[in-house]
Amino acid sequence: MLSVSRILVRQLPSRIARANYSVAAPATAFAPLNSVTESDITHFATILSPSSLLSTLSPTSTSPEELDQFNNDWMGRFRGNSTTVVKPKTTQEVSEILKRCYEKRIGVVPQGGNTGLVGGSVPVNDEVILSLANMNKVRSFDPVSGILVADAGCILQSLTDYVAPHNHIMPIDLGAKGSCQIGGNVATNAGGLRLLRYGSLHGTVLGLEVVLPDGTILDQLTTLRKDNTGYDLKQLFIGAEGTLGVITAVSILTPPAPQASNNVILALPSFDKVLPLYQVVKQQLSEILSAFEFIDRTAYDLAVKHGQGRALSDEDVEGAECFVLVETSGGRREHDEEKLSHLLETLFEADKPLINTGVLSQSPAQFSSLWALREGVTEAVSKEGKAYKYDISVPLSSFKDVVDGTREHLHSRGLLHDKAVKHVLGYGHVGDGNLHLNIVADAYLPEIEDALEPYIYQVVASHRGSISAEHGIGAMKTHALHYSKDKVSIGLMKKIKEMFDPRGIMNPGKVLE
Amino acid sequence: MRPSAARLLNILVPVKRAVDYAVKIRVNPQQTGIDTNVKHSMNPFDEIAVEEAVRLRERLKDQIKSIKAVTIGPPKSIDTLRTALAMGADSAIHVEMPESAPAPEPLAVAKALRAIIEKQEGGVDLVILGKQAIDDDLGLTGQMLAGLLNWPQATFASKVDIDVAKKEATVVREIDGGGEEIRCHLPLIITTDLRLNEPRYASLPNIMKAKKKPIEKLSASDLGVDLSPILETLKVSEPPKRVGGGKVESVDELIAKLKDAGITAV
Repeated sequence: MLSVSRILVRQLPSRIARANYSVAAPATAFAPLNSVTESDITHFATILSPSSLLSTLSPTSTSPEELDQFNNDWMGRFRGNSTTVVKPKTTQEVSEILKRCYEKRIGVVPQGGNTGLVGGSVPVNDEVILSLANMNKVRSFDPVSGILVADAGCILQSLTDYVAPHNHIMPIDLGAKGSCQIGGNVATNAGGLRLLRYGSLHGTVLGLEVVLPDGTILDQLTTLRKDNTGYDLKQLFIGAEGTLGVITAVSILTPPAPQASNNVILALPSFDKVLPLYQVVKQQLSEILSAFEFIDRTAYDLAVKHGQGRALSDEDVEGAECFVLVETSGGRREHDEEKLSHLLETLFEADKPLINTGVLSQSPAQFSSLWALREGVTEAVSKEGKAYKYDISVPLSSFKDVVDGTREHLHSRGLLHDKAVKHVLGYGHVGDGNLHLNIVADAYLPEIEDALEPYIYQVVASHRGSISAEHGIGAMKTHALHYSKDKVSIGLMKKIKEMFDPRGIMNPGKVLE
Repeated sequence: MRPSAARLLNILVPVKRAVDYAVKIRVNPQQTGIDTNVKHSMNPFDEIAVEEAVRLRERLKDQIKSIKAVTIGPPKSIDTLRTALAMGADSAIHVEMPESAPAPEPLAVAKALRAIIEKQEGGVDLVILGKQAIDDDLGLTGQMLAGLLNWPQATFASKVDIDVAKKEATVVREIDGGGEEIRCHLPLIITTDLRLNEPRYASLPNIMKAKKKPIEKLSASDLGVDLSPILETLKVSEPPKRVGGGKVESVDELIAKLKDAGITAV
């Protein structure tokens, strides 16, 4: 049901051992929230059609199993105890539900495809789950400007399919595209594979329709590229993870579909060649560069060991300390191929080569196979052992220091052996400064966790990096937010939260502690 | 010293540029064919054929004298030859056709290949080619070529062993329910099946080298063959679209819909 790959699986539970994590009480300054009662259900029934209301309470009396898929996240790590799921079909219905919840101080968790990695889309207690799944219509698409306006519950893949005949693509692509919804993508400011090329959602989202916690509808669903008229309120909801309101529709700019794609994996003798290589590649490929992904040797070897994509030949990988996958996409195949082949010639014939060698895909099958070596790292890591995963943003130049430093740190604690930590590896999006730091252990052990946290967060903070580059804070990282945001920032975030949601009903326990 | 080893093998690998298998096929509006303005790559079975030739050389070393790739097609087919050369073929022949010319049919291709084989000064001992091309799926060229040359054929190969000294090949063929092992004399036609091998990536050094390898250009008239089709395509159409299901709100609505569809209780 859930497509599991690229982005989605980048981060698996880092503390699975703490199974009851999710029931931690949300420590907020807000008054306690109330549970849904039968009279609320009766009220919801007047707003919604019968098929849009699921509740274990009477008179609906849905069986609890039917709510499992809404209460649990896909990893089975976070678990809520909600009695009620509402699936409104219109913005008006969303508004009326929120109005009731606001009056009665009932917590509300907006839920899209429920594919997040930090427990942001499931209740921490028994909040109402507001699923956007029934709001799944495209409102308009302008094939000239490429601006798409769609309900928040549209699945990313179906939007991709919708714009494809018009030769456009969505500016965002991620592993969970078959399940995730555009509203959730925007609410979590999802990153993904096209970020290097098309930028983040803060740039591509042109407008939003949001229902505020008290039921007020904020209509900012414009399709303007330029609109400098005061505060840009919609930006606040992008990445707010549903703590300020419910996004019900999105206006988004879709780029024209590239006509040709190529990829190549380059084997590098040492990590210090990655950045000079990135410079050369950026300069020569310029507008057709669409991915520049980094895989260290440990990550590559694990991917190959666990059958992710066809391995390069032994002579190609000999003496390589790390690998880089470069993808191009552009408007004209001959042009792109010429550029790429010129780049490869330059790299290959340089006096002081930055690369040992590499392979260039010759067909879409090989194109996928090369990608699989990069994307398959996640799956390989979970097959190899128990993974502690960190999705961090640090300056490009410190990627290796962070990985090596972590390894050294674990070694100094006597934890780097067969029965504790087996591998420390790094891979990620060089182009976005996003490193996936993975620690593969034989088993989840408290001493490993103690060695990793807050060590890694401190390292990230020392580089002024981000403790969550693209996965968000959710329920999982609220305690660590202060490593990336100072007191002033967190203070302002709390004020904003209080202003939009004075009763604290919106996605309680998420983002802010 | 083995006296018979004096005869070293020359391998010919015919390859075809075909619409890539990952591409969604669309019928053109005139219904005369498909939209060909899409990504093409080497026919996957031919890729296996090139890989097998290169592996034979890796196993038999100097006993393989030459591996030559050949393709018949429009100017862009040269990309397919470059891929073959980057994988390890030594040289190539491009029988060039005009961009607008219709794709040749297996019999014409087999005749052109026969003419090429007859032109090769050192002769050809082994032809390895895909069992079929994934665009027209005809699966006839190898067999027709064997017929025209009166050579033995080992089709649908999943394993190939060559004894150069004895001038013999042992080939396992994919047949219903298993494999059939046959022994053939050279010269021989082998058509490749999916399980024969997994083609390699073209490494950058080999791609660079491939740019310097010779490609001989020929035309149909050089070979004295006519590549125009003898079959007439009347119409190409897509399979009927699958109609999606719908959701009903109640049992009554379901019954009403079933009745509408002409389904009644027995």
